[in-house]
Amino acid sequence: MAEIENLFSKTQHARDAQCQAEGLACRRGAALVFEDVFFHLTSGQALCVRGANGSGKSSLLRQLAGLLPLAAGALTRPNPHKHTHYLGHADGLKAALSIGETLAYEAALAGQGADHAADLTARLGLAGRDWQYVGDLSAGQKRRLTLARLLLDPRPLWLLDEPMTALDEDGRALVGALAKAHLASGGMIIAASHEPLGFANAELVLGAQI
Amino acid sequence: MTTQRRIFAAICRQHIRLSWRNGQTVLAVSFLFIAITLLPFGLGPELKLLRALAPGLLWVVLAISLLTSLERLFQADYEDGALDRLLLVPLSFEAVVLAKLLGHYVALVLPLIAAVPLAGLLLNIEAARLPILVAAMLCGAPALVMAGGIGAALAVSVRRGGLLTVLIAMPFYVPVLIFGAAAARAGLQGGVDVAVDVGAYLGVLAALSAASLLLAPFAIAAALRAALR
Amino acid sequence: MLKALENISAFYANPTRFMGLASRLHGPLWALAVLLLAYGLYRVAHVPADYQQGDTVRIMFVHVPAAWMALFGYSFIFFASVTALIFRHPLGHVAARAAAPVGAVFTLLALITGSLWGQPMWGTWWVWDARLTSVLVLFFIYLGYIALWQAIDEPTRAARAAAILAIVGFINVPIVKFSVDWWNTLHQPASVSRLARPALHADFLYPLLIMGAAFLVLFLAITLTRMQMEVLRQRLRVRARAGASENA
Repeated sequence: MAEIENLFSKTQHARDAQCQAEGLACRRGAALVFEDVFFHLTSGQALCVRGANGSGKSSLLRQLAGLLPLAAGALTRPNPHKHTHYLGHADGLKAALSIGETLAYEAALAGQGADHAADLTARLGLAGRDWQYVGDLSAGQKRRLTLARLLLDPRPLWLLDEPMTALDEDGRALVGALAKAHLASGGMIIAASHEPLGFANAELVLGAQI
Repeated sequence: MTTQRRIFAAICRQHIRLSWRNGQTVLAVSFLFIAITLLPFGLGPELKLLRALAPGLLWVVLAISLLTSLERLFQADYEDGALDRLLLVPLSFEAVVLAKLLGHYVALVLPLIAAVPLAGLLLNIEAARLPILVAAMLCGAPALVMAGGIGAALAVSVRRGGLLTVLIAMPFYVPVLIFGAAAARAGLQGGVDVAVDVGAYLGVLAALSAASLLLAPFAIAAALRAALR
Repeated sequence: MLKALENISAFYANPTRFMGLASRLHGPLWALAVLLLAYGLYRVAHVPADYQQGDTVRIMFVHVPAAWMALFGYSFIFFASVTALIFRHPLGHVAARAAAPVGAVFTLLALITGSLWGQPMWGTWWVWDARLTSVLVLFFIYLGYIALWQAIDEPTRAARAAAILAIVGFINVPIVKFSVDWWNTLHQPASVSRLARPALHADFLYPLLIMGAAFLVLFLAITLTRMQMEVLRQRLRVRARAGASENA
């Protein structure tokens, strides 16, 4: 019943990646969170998922990332292990590590050497803080740090849960710029957010009629 | 280095680093010594008695120290979202689990086993028994880690899951303790037959460890996936 | 919306056919259990006293079948869990969950009767006899399984975790049994008596088999009743939720 509002006319990029949901439903325990969710996203497009608290925005993203089973429906999507980034509420950062160590770890998970992480602090607006412990960072700074994953490993589909939360003006601009560059290069973004996103060009409203 | 191997090594190294930095390693080794220190208060300071009981006591204390260290094996990662992250790396989740368990073996089990000779000294154990005891522990400990890992993974979504982890893992500890203590005891007697016995016991321990290495990662990965749904 | 609710009920109360069958089965099953138990106890009362053990030998007619049920109960949980995981049949989880406390009580019964029997024989309430010890470990396996069900709030999550534990634990049971047997022979030479099996003499065998059958039917009857209760509880939960969302 959720609306399909993403009829795009953008030209296809070289990458013919796509993400398509047909009649998705999600169940938590005995409760139905949402059902009949349809959308179709192709290279270069972004989708903003909206809806009240508890309407299942985060659950939808987790389903797209392969972390939650589908209660019904079919999903065509890039491989979650290789072609999908998922940035959820819980950031998975470790307070006992420094920024430098965190970035080196992230680089290794992206299959790259620590040298790839070298210039990241500057790009994320965390320059000169390599030595600082993640536990001492503010929420916004941690958020910036998680963006490193997007930069280290070019994956076509980004799933962003509340990407603007806790970020300042600069931080939001940074996310916007990253997103635009990603879309321009043929990537796809699905973001759940209550706030306006600078980059999203379609909306999916969950729980509109339930 | 292939990508997969690099990721495996990174997860393993991360676990070791965090265990050291969060004080887990030091805590576990301290726990072992505290338990050993309490024993004479319960049993009396009679050195002969302590010497006779030492191998068995050391096994039990090692097993309990290990169990307490396993409680939070996956829980921190479960709560802070790191497990979600690890589900999305281009490596099978079973391999991710194995990397963490290997990290745990290096970061906690090896220091604990290294502390055993010193702890044995406090119990007046004969030096001659130590090599066999330590060898038996090295052979048997992987099975203990795997069993504890199963308990920790099944209880991962439970807030105070420590006791539950112990309750789940304890039945799996029985065979390892039996053969581990048997190896240590056989080592005492000396002679050719005994050498054969010790070899057989170490073989049984290694077989238990190998079997659990083959099975446990699948069970643990399945349990963690179930908890993340 | 209504369709969705129906789907959920179908998922949880899918066992509609089971409930029909169960309500027809449970009366006769309980009747059979009571009859068999009464007849078995009557036969046990008329077994001649053992020339060595005297009347204590009668404890064996409870102890041995209880130990059988301890093993049967865990096997039941294992097969129910495998069914639930592989065939995705929710009734498997219900059956496994319902059977666990029943099996645990039989296990406890085996332990207590073993101890009662052992007191006059060994002069002590507990001996680390191989069979008693492995039954004790089995009891802990049951406890862990039950505790896991209780500790996890979310039912589908609890069901999956418990099924995984049931399967892994089942693999562990023979390993424990073998190693405890071996450990026992290592420490206690053959002279120390184990729980003696009653001589397979017709006077003993038939009452034993009847008691075994009685316990088996009793196990199935209790488990069936518990399964019915569990299905009803889940239906109530679904209905409560449906009511709540209609009012909203």
